[in-house]
Amino acid sequence: MSTNTGLTRTPLRRFLDYAVLSVLAFIFALPVLYLLIGSLKPSDDVLNGLSGFLPTHLSFDNYTAVLDSLNSDSTGYFWRFMGISVLLAFVVVTGGLFVNSMAAYGLSRLKWRGRNAVFTLVLLLMLVPFESVAVPLFYMFNDQRNTLYVLALPFIANAFSVYQFHTFFRSIPPSIEEAARIDGAGPWRTFFAIVVPMSKPAFASVAILTFLTQWGSFLWPVLMVSDPSVRPLPLEMSVFQAQLPPDWGQTLAFGVLLVLPVLIVFAFFQRWFVQGVASSAVKG
Amino acid sequence: MTSVEPAHAAPHAREKSPPVTAVKPARPARSVRKNRDRLHGLLMSTPAVAGLIAFVGIPFGYAVVLSFYNVRLGSPLAPSFFGLEQYRRLFTDPDLSGPFLRALLNNLTFAVVVVPVQTALALGLAILLNRKLKAIGLFRSLFFMPVVFPMALVAVIWRLILARSDQGMLNSALHAVSFGNWGAFDWLGDSATAMASIIVLSIWQGVGFQMVILLAGLQQIPGELYEAAELDRASRRQQFRHVTLPGIRGTLVFVAMLTSVLSFRVFDQVYVLIRGGGLNEDATRTVMYQAVTTAFDQNNVGQASAITVVFFLIVVALTLIQRRVVRPDNED
Repeated sequence: MSTNTGLTRTPLRRFLDYAVLSVLAFIFALPVLYLLIGSLKPSDDVLNGLSGFLPTHLSFDNYTAVLDSLNSDSTGYFWRFMGISVLLAFVVVTGGLFVNSMAAYGLSRLKWRGRNAVFTLVLLLMLVPFESVAVPLFYMFNDQRNTLYVLALPFIANAFSVYQFHTFFRSIPPSIEEAARIDGAGPWRTFFAIVVPMSKPAFASVAILTFLTQWGSFLWPVLMVSDPSVRPLPLEMSVFQAQLPPDWGQTLAFGVLLVLPVLIVFAFFQRWFVQGVASSAVKG
Repeated sequence: MTSVEPAHAAPHAREKSPPVTAVKPARPARSVRKNRDRLHGLLMSTPAVAGLIAFVGIPFGYAVVLSFYNVRLGSPLAPSFFGLEQYRRLFTDPDLSGPFLRALLNNLTFAVVVVPVQTALALGLAILLNRKLKAIGLFRSLFFMPVVFPMALVAVIWRLILARSDQGMLNSALHAVSFGNWGAFDWLGDSATAMASIIVLSIWQGVGFQMVILLAGLQQIPGELYEAAELDRASRRQQFRHVTLPGIRGTLVFVAMLTSVLSFRVFDQVYVLIRGGGLNEDATRTVMYQAVTTAFDQNNVGQASAITVVFFLIVVALTLIQRRVVRPDNED
């Protein structure tokens, strides 16, 4: 009897599941649709009631206009904003993977006096959000505003990344490294030749999470950048949208260009995105 | 020759060692390795730990020190010791405490609404998405997608949706639904709806993050529990109450606490929309917004540091509560 009810239930329930999911997904996707459609419409039609959603008179004019208008020393250059964001993300992600994984290895697999004290310090520093050091950092580096290295440097060493690598390395059976070491490999070779290739999932999820945070990074550039020649994209987004008179088509086209790189990364590495986020739950 | 296989290497090494350990040389070999580990462990940890001390530890200590001083950027006067004056001003000075206490209240309002609503919404979505349906992966990505959107962009999109003119998306939708009875309303500018607007756009952007964590929690509940419940003819509601909820209680508490810490860090969307988006400043200023404007616009580093320290104490208090609540739960 129970299988019977199960059978009669299933198609209806499945239909209901899809219906509820589709309605929710549609509502959820509306702002994204608005962004995409608006970026392709003439500016006057964007803020124009519900017809803002109608895909009429579509063209890439707004995109070319953004690239044309951000093309002088006084406004800054679009490709330069993009280049700075890419460069900062690259430096913070690769530099971060390198130093944080190495530290986590030293703290989880090598035995040395003071190791536990240092790891406790890392765990304590993990409690300090960037927001609570932004003001003193701003004061300390005030004479080095508008430099690229000051935008990247504070984010390379990351306590949470160390913690994520530490958790992963501890799950590797010690016998594997023991074997390498008995064969004469030192700690550095063991790390780079044995442990790193085994830890691709950890590297992928830390990389993605770091990239995601760095790409949207806003607070630090607000404090440290006034010169358009070192301005990252998200900060320029806020400058661009505040222009008078506003040009909504161009603003939305700018927004699409801002989110496109991270959407592409998301499309290709979705699994790692989700795993990276889910693994942050281990923190509790 | 050299094998990395642990199964081969270990007995091989053991066979070889006894004759050597009988004599002295083996011991130095071992302690050499220990010494090496000691040195290299320290070397490997140094870059990251030095970075953390330089960019987190020292600035944090410095924030505490600066909060006891009267420090202004670009001021010809040397910093002078101020004692607890900055804190006294923050909480009792009629000119300064107004905006600061308002910022605290706004943060609190934000947290009190966002934490339960976003957690409940994330749980609902996670349950809906925890099914074996075709294209379920597509739906999961869709709800997760806003998480990758930079907050500065999210603010701009919603600025248009909530635009005050009768051509704004929400206004014209309400106009259509109310058969023309609804006119223009300034969602971002009106003090009654400004915070609600920030709350809605923040939840839209962030709920996917919590959803993914809860989904991972749901997938750890053994399917047999549901089968057993089904055999006992438990209704869907009973299954939710007696299988699902106890199964993800730990994750749920974690998500709620994470959300509350995050909700005190709100800054980007408020800043973008106040600067050029027509957002009501007084109704939406947050503690971080207050710290940034005090340091950056008013050059008052001492005061901003005191705000930072108060901010940190709130976040730490929330984190400690989180540890306390989650731990006993993990044990049983």
